[in-house]
Amino acid sequence: MPDEKATQPPLVRLRNLSKHFGEGETRVDALRDVSLDVQAGEVIALLGPSGSGKTTLLNIIGCILDPSSGTMELDGELVLRDGRWVRPNLRRLRLDKIGFIFQFHNLMPFLDATDNVALVLQLAGADSREARLRALELLDYLEVGNRRRSMPAQLSGGEAQRVAIARALANQPRIILADEPTAALDSKRAGIVMDLLRKVAVERDAAIIAVTHDEKIFDRFDKIFNLRDGRLDV
Amino acid sequence: MNLAYRDIRHGLGRFLLTCVGLGLLLGVVLAMIGIYRGLVVEALTIARAPAVDLWVVEANTRGPFAEASRIPADTREAIARIAGVVAAGSITYQTVEAEYQDRKLRLYVIGYEPTRPGGPPEIEEGHAIARSHFEMVADRSSGLVLKDRVRLGRDTFTVIGSTRQQVSSGGDPVVYITLQDAQKLQFDLAPPAARIQMARGGTGSSGRDTVNAVVARLHPNASPDAVAETVQRWKHLAAVTQEEQELILTRSLVDRARRQIGLFTSLLLAVSAVIIALIIYTMTMEKLKQIATLKLIGAPDRTIIGMIVQQALALGLIGFAIGATLIASIKDYFPRRVVLEPDNVLALGVIVVVVCLLASALGVRAALRIDPATALGG
Ligand SMILES: Nc1ncnc2c1ncn2[C@@H]1O[C@H](COP(=O)(O)OP(=O)(O)OP(=O)(O)O)[C@@H](O)[C@H]1O
Ligand SMILES: [Mg+2]
Repeated sequence: MPDEKATQPPLVRLRNLSKHFGEGETRVDALRDVSLDVQAGEVIALLGPSGSGKTTLLNIIGCILDPSSGTMELDGELVLRDGRWVRPNLRRLRLDKIGFIFQFHNLMPFLDATDNVALVLQLAGADSREARLRALELLDYLEVGNRRRSMPAQLSGGEAQRVAIARALANQPRIILADEPTAALDSKRAGIVMDLLRKVAVERDAAIIAVTHDEKIFDRFDKIFNLRDGRLDV
Repeated sequence: MNLAYRDIRHGLGRFLLTCVGLGLLLGVVLAMIGIYRGLVVEALTIARAPAVDLWVVEANTRGPFAEASRIPADTREAIARIAGVVAAGSITYQTVEAEYQDRKLRLYVIGYEPTRPGGPPEIEEGHAIARSHFEMVADRSSGLVLKDRVRLGRDTFTVIGSTRQQVSSGGDPVVYITLQDAQKLQFDLAPPAARIQMARGGTGSSGRDTVNAVVARLHPNASPDAVAETVQRWKHLAAVTQEEQELILTRSLVDRARRQIGLFTSLLLAVSAVIIALIIYTMTMEKLKQIATLKLIGAPDRTIIGMIVQQALALGLIGFAIGATLIASIKDYFPRRVVLEPDNVLALGVIVVVVCLLASALGVRAALRIDPATALGG
């Protein structure tokens, strides 16, 4: 296996990524010269004290924050060169290639579990019947098929988080970004969610990058990166 | 799947409540427009009732509605002889407090000659006046019904016919009696001193045999202005065409009331626009986090814009429908007429739609500006 991986390009490839907010007196260097490769099938953790730049890094990989400089390739495609986006329609890129899992589930409160998942499938072009079928499969896969008709408000924290993961996985993205996915869960549920993410990484050949403070789940990761004042060390 | 519809369905109670609230507000706006139109229509009612082309009144007055006018009763014969006049009739107008079932009833009494122009436009129930004395055709708004007996001055009249929506510009119900009865009524109700003078044969036009106006119907080919000019040759007479009469009524008689209500209506319209805009803007602001999430997961702008605009339009149109239905169903219970003209209703509908679109444009602007990263925060 290690040989095979080495021949594939990494799913996420960052080179000399920097990001600062503000200028002069108020300048904050949130990321300094970060380089990172994440391979398919890997589950990695981003660790670090508050303000160390974890969310900033995740947002840049998710193409929702403009970096100051650096280069980024996602799934073999050059997305960012020398601090400039070179790929048009980043939103479509997110829809197709990137799944987000939030600290709070961020489900649409007015759609039931199935439709929350079906929504992203329809946005990507699936017709409504097909989308619902796929959504149900995914909910079953994440073991929340029995709550398919529940509205988000009726779901427990763990169930809602699993529906949110189903949504993140719906378009079979190869890159899954999670910002403190287990912070709102007890340790048992946190373990279940992490096991699920691992299963996804292995079965779907995806890369998972999760920000976490949660020491209880450190053993679930392949690699742990530490961020300190915007610098990365393994 | 339609996000706007699903979101509305999810919070249906609240949405409907907002619609009802907006509906009430728009209902009030419509009612005010209706009251405004009603005022104008009512002001014109008595001038339009006799369906004539020319009003002959006392010289230097703009009578008989805007100013008092008194002319000799024989004027009618002179007018009838003018070339181009097909028919002419003498009319009196007076406001009288009548006794009816132990309460005071304020009536606008029109005296006319039953065989000549000036009578009620259309009898709804019963028949027109057939005898020369003590019969009355009363408007329904007076509350009088057939066979009712009403005391006017010293005589008692019997209601033998009824009309609809015949009121004076002040909103008082109209009753019709014969010219002779009306002249006697004017005499009976005049202050004693004036009465004595009138009985003595008085001086000129203040005598008992006077009327307030003579109305004339013209031949279709006759020019009202030409006939009016002929009339002006009698120094004691003036002539007002139907067109001028209507202008006098709307421009001067109810002008202040009309402008008062008009201004208030505009104010109400402005307030409603602001409220609609606020509701829609707030509705969007409450959803910013969801919108950020939609952007984050890759929803295109058109999905987001569609959601905001559709909801805004749904709110506006449902609210408008509620308001319009409400007013249409209660307008007849207003003490004075409320006239809902399709044009006005439609115009308000268009205004509501435009306001909704403008307000949602504000919301859309905020939505398009929101950073998808906001969705990641707590
Ligand atoms: N929009 C912004 N404007 C200015 N400074 C910012 C902005 N976003 C983040 N920062 C700064 O960048 C630094 C890194 O922030 P970031 O949110 O990445 O930290 P974090 O590691 O996610 O912290 P936490 O664990 O508290 O979530 C912090 O010093 C923060 O104050
Ligand atoms: Mg953070």
